[in-house]
Amino acid sequence: MTLDTRTTDPDVVLAVEDLHVEFVVEGRSHTAVRSASWELRRGEVLAVVGESGSGKSVSAMAVLGLLPRNARVTGHVRHGGRDLLTLAPRELRALRGAQISVVFQDPSAALDPVFTVGQQVVEVLRAHRPGMTRAEARARAVELFTLVDLPDPEARLRFYPHQLSGGQCQRVMIAMALACDPAVLIADEPTTALDVTVQQEVLDVLRALRGRVEASIVLITHDMGVVADLADRVVVMRHGEVVECAPVQELFDAPRAAYTRALLDAVPRRRPADARRAAAPAPGGTGAADRPVLLVEELVVEYRQRRGAVRAVDGVTLRVDRGEILALVGESGSGKSTIGRCALGLAPLTAGRVQVAGVQLGRDTPRAVRESRKRVGVVFQNPMASLNPRRTVADSVGEPLYVHSGLRGGALHARTGALLDSVELPGGWGGRYPHELSGGQRQRVAIARAIALDPELLIADEPTSALDVSVQATVLDLLADIQQRLGFACLFITHDLAVVGRLCDRVAVLAGGRLVEQGRLEQVLDAPADPYTRRLVAAAPVPDPREQARRRELRLAGAMA
Amino acid sequence: MTGVAVTADLDPTDAGALPRRGVWPGLRRRALFWVPVAGIVVLTVLTVAPGWVAGWFGNGDPRVCDLSSSADGPVAGHPFGFDRQGCDVYANVVHGTRASLTVGLTCTLIAFALAVLLGTLAGLRGGLADRVVSRVTDVFLGFPFLLGAIVVLNSFGERSVLSVSLALALFVWPAMARLVRSSVRSVRDAEFVQAARAMGFGTWRVVSRHVLPNAIGPVLAIATITVGQVIVAESTLTFLGLGLRSPAISWGLQLSNAQAQLQNAPHMLLFPSVFLAVTVFCLITLGDVLRDALDPRQR
Repeated sequence: MTLDTRTTDPDVVLAVEDLHVEFVVEGRSHTAVRSASWELRRGEVLAVVGESGSGKSVSAMAVLGLLPRNARVTGHVRHGGRDLLTLAPRELRALRGAQISVVFQDPSAALDPVFTVGQQVVEVLRAHRPGMTRAEARARAVELFTLVDLPDPEARLRFYPHQLSGGQCQRVMIAMALACDPAVLIADEPTTALDVTVQQEVLDVLRALRGRVEASIVLITHDMGVVADLADRVVVMRHGEVVECAPVQELFDAPRAAYTRALLDAVPRRRPADARRAAAPAPGGTGAADRPVLLVEELVVEYRQRRGAVRAVDGVTLRVDRGEILALVGESGSGKSTIGRCALGLAPLTAGRVQVAGVQLGRDTPRAVRESRKRVGVVFQNPMASLNPRRTVADSVGEPLYVHSGLRGGALHARTGALLDSVELPGGWGGRYPHELSGGQRQRVAIARAIALDPELLIADEPTSALDVSVQATVLDLLADIQQRLGFACLFITHDLAVVGRLCDRVAVLAGGRLVEQGRLEQVLDAPADPYTRRLVAAAPVPDPREQARRRELRLAGAMA
Repeated sequence: MTGVAVTADLDPTDAGALPRRGVWPGLRRRALFWVPVAGIVVLTVLTVAPGWVAGWFGNGDPRVCDLSSSADGPVAGHPFGFDRQGCDVYANVVHGTRASLTVGLTCTLIAFALAVLLGTLAGLRGGLADRVVSRVTDVFLGFPFLLGAIVVLNSFGERSVLSVSLALALFVWPAMARLVRSSVRSVRDAEFVQAARAMGFGTWRVVSRHVLPNAIGPVLAIATITVGQVIVAESTLTFLGLGLRSPAISWGLQLSNAQAQLQNAPHMLLFPSVFLAVTVFCLITLGDVLRDALDPRQR
């Protein structure tokens, strides 16, 4: 590179210059990354932020030469005086894992289930350091496990991936990535598949690494809270372009690009309490005669499995009144979705009472139970999976009307159009198929279907967690809007406390199938009584670097004491 | 909410309605649809009016044979040559279409219907129904296919197109039923099926509108291939003296007669095989094209 007159800064360990990535699909090329440039300095954590399709992951994979065959990459990626894009596959392979290593999103999928984690770490070590003996590799593995704060590292070596928690698996992955003292660690959404409290644990480990190892970290994420927690500098990407690059505090205090501002605004925050109360059409005291829309008493749900029964829900009691939004919050495995599914008749009712819209499940006749379904709408988490891919949007939205209201022909068409209109989708879109819509649009269709019969109760199971933040915000606004207009009660199942604060009136917190706390929103979020709730509230990262730093200090101080 | 974020969800540039795309407009434009359709039209004509087509070269009767021209090659008036008995191969191939195609289609249809019924039952219900159906298919799959068909056909006594189809269907459905079962199971727990059940739709509606349309694809693909396999199986049975018997005419019979003469009279094997291959090709291609056309994601 004789033409390159740039003085190479010794502090820059990785420099991406004018990177272009195109994918050629069926003869047409789609640009994924458009002249992106950024540099990673020694010892820093650089966050690459963007929504899905922004090119953040693609640009990182391009650095490693891990893109599929149909990708065309141009530009320069400089590392250690070489341009990685000009390297032969063999040279690149030697570099990967040794100089630059990656941590992927889903740790349980990235570990091989038939080998112990110790064997897998040793394998990585011996692959890159042929001279290393078995005993040396083992000793190094223990050292690595200590580095990522795995408790009792010697014993952990003999564990299989399924014997470790998700957070521990991710720490093993980080240990593996650090095995050969890489100069650069690329973490691609390292905590997205994890629960908040576990995410916290992994973020703490990553944070602590900065003092312990040489590696600079490229953190790819969509979560502004994670950015605030970990990053030193931030690169914001949109539609394949870098829209802003700034130190973290500067970015959060004074975002320059309009898109960055929009992204920060879209992060769900608490609505002022009075605004929310004004929104609720019939708060609490509408007379004792009014029956609750959903009443769950001492509910127990057990799933039979090969070895005994698994108790998913254990003695939960809660109620949702007319016009109220109750948030059911918990981490994965807490039984929150099971309660929703049980109310929908999709999970076995082992013991206890569930009364939906005046009908008691398991005691009233199947006919009455089926009748009651008309008065319940449901929105699931993944809008791609919850719409039949072979039917048009209008078919899906109109089906409950066709079956339960007996609407046909023109009346059906008109009502379907009105419903699509009410979720702010153009009426002409009825003829489209789900795969032709974006995630947010699909979720709008699912909402239109759920409200088609003007339900008394809407059960929303993580309706926004599969969506990008900016889309999530609009869908939440829409849901709040429609709820206000139609006045239905809503059981809102989520793991995300920030979303709860934006929408809900009351909160019920679940852990391990049991209800740990229930109360008004302000009470639960601002003054949580239960230690688990406190931990949950503290673990949810907020998009404010100062607040995150303060929390970490508190937490670490607490751990010392 | 600021403007940028709102438009991230609703792209104003494609807010218009798309032209309505049904199954037919999609099919009409594809050459790969018309090729098998043409083939199947020809086969249908052969099935309905074999005498007319066979007579094109002046020797339309498959049973008029002249031993003196046994196994002779193509000559004028006999474009495909003669078989060992000195009968016209062209007339025989044309007249054989009906029996072969009928056995292939009847057998596949019976097996398909049985497989969808039992496979769906097993896949959807699980539990006892699943165990019973699975064990029954195990038993049938454990049988050597030909041995089983031989036993069944021997006990039938009578050899008609229907009895041969039934005997073959008995051993074809289990593999298909397993496929239906696993396919249905994978769709059963999909969220759109759960959503349909949560909305209180009846079982029939859930199965016919939501489960089967999404589960049937792989089974249809296998079914089209099965038609060809059945035609070949029928010829094997015939070769063993257990399928259709002369004076019945089928491709299977011709193939089995021709095998012994492959070296000195390859034309006897060539022409029935070409017809068989073209038939199977048409059915498989049509099946493929239809599957793509019925799936909105492929359009």
